[in-house]
Amino acid sequence: MVQDLGYLKETASQTAGPYVHIGLTPNFCGISGVYKADLGTSMVNDKTLGQRITVRGRVIDGAGMPLKDALIEIWQADASGLYNSPAEMRGTADPNFAGWGRCPTSAEDGVFTFETVKPGRVPFKDGRLMAPHITLWIVARGINIGLHTRMYFPDEAAANAEDPLLARVEHRHRAETLVAAGAAPSYTFDIHLQGEKETVFLDI
Amino acid sequence: MSDRRNDKPETGAFFQRDRDWHAPAFTPGYKTSVLRSPQKALLSLDGTISEITGPVFGHSMLSELDNDLIHNFAKPGESAIGERIIVHGRVLDERGRPVPGALLEFWQANAGGRYRHKKETYLAALDPNFGGCGRTITDDEGYYFFRTIKPGAYPWPNGVNDWRPAHIHFSIFGHGFAQRLITQMYFEGDPMIWKCPIVNTIPDRRAIEQLIAPLDWANTMPMDARAYKFDIVLRGRRSTFFENRPEGN
Repeated sequence: MVQDLGYLKETASQTAGPYVHIGLTPNFCGISGVYKADLGTSMVNDKTLGQRITVRGRVIDGAGMPLKDALIEIWQADASGLYNSPAEMRGTADPNFAGWGRCPTSAEDGVFTFETVKPGRVPFKDGRLMAPHITLWIVARGINIGLHTRMYFPDEAAANAEDPLLARVEHRHRAETLVAAGAAPSYTFDIHLQGEKETVFLDI
Repeated sequence: MSDRRNDKPETGAFFQRDRDWHAPAFTPGYKTSVLRSPQKALLSLDGTISEITGPVFGHSMLSELDNDLIHNFAKPGESAIGERIIVHGRVLDERGRPVPGALLEFWQANAGGRYRHKKETYLAALDPNFGGCGRTITDDEGYYFFRTIKPGAYPWPNGVNDWRPAHIHFSIFGHGFAQRLITQMYFEGDPMIWKCPIVNTIPDRRAIEQLIAPLDWANTMPMDARAYKFDIVLRGRRSTFFENRPEGN
């Protein structure tokens, strides 16, 4: 026998199910009067620093159909590359930018939309700068554990070429699944759950 | 295990997720997962600042009834129909440390097993006084509680005759974006738990048992509400003492 490390096991994930909106965006699904507004719907105000951008996309299943019941959350640095988080030790982020957003995919066409600012670069663990990116987390009916991925920018070719995470993608053409389409200020980022264009998802 | 509070924010990377403990993505018994499950290997990477950090939700955003589903959608003077319960517990991390300031959001069906959602087709009646959503934020010791009614079981289209056991959905926001978690809480003694294809996506029986809240008789309020205790564990993080830092950093 040896000493017990005493660690607990993480609570197992379960699917968000078809009614995730009731809990996370009740106003979106017609349950009004409980919360004034759904969390994460507005990321910027007129004082937020940085270049305004729009990110639109869909989450597409293995049959090519966009999910109309998914929910996306994003997390990103502010325009100068600082996270608005207590664990950010490098400085103080823009107080007018929380860096977090939440959006359900549309019941009509499955599109999600975030109005945000372009993030600055943040360092990898070894100090090298990563390319500007937005972290995404996707949940839906049929997804047993939330999917993590990242969106990089198509107009940052030089930074993308030296990004340590993109460099870790063994099959080079798959790294392209992490780069949005479009150009400033309007980007499109479709997430493919399966198939030839399957997005690189992260165990991070 | 020590309950002492952390004076400084923690910046260590999170423990690797035990993918054998969680459900795999592809679970054909739960049919919707078949076309929604990634088929290629995940890209594994130690957490960076983008995953170690996360937003903060302040207690000031909460209203008085946010953690009272019996009343937060009810007309004045009325309340939701059903068995009155209190759900409470702590949010801890894998090291057993409390996670203060964690945002918990929950949603559920009403006492008859009906959700308030336009896509819901079950013939059970809506309760005009029950919305089905609530939220709270853990205190300095990681503790939370809310009041609700016990949700009903309901049938769902998967197999011909599949039913969900009574459950409450939980969304948990810890301190780092990598800790983000959605799960479901079940109730002690429900024989339907073990028949459910969604429950059975989880391969390890112990992981399922960790989702079952026991009846907490000691905290049951006489003549008011029974209590169920549900502790939630988020990923732990390594001590930054172990980190090798580049010179001058």
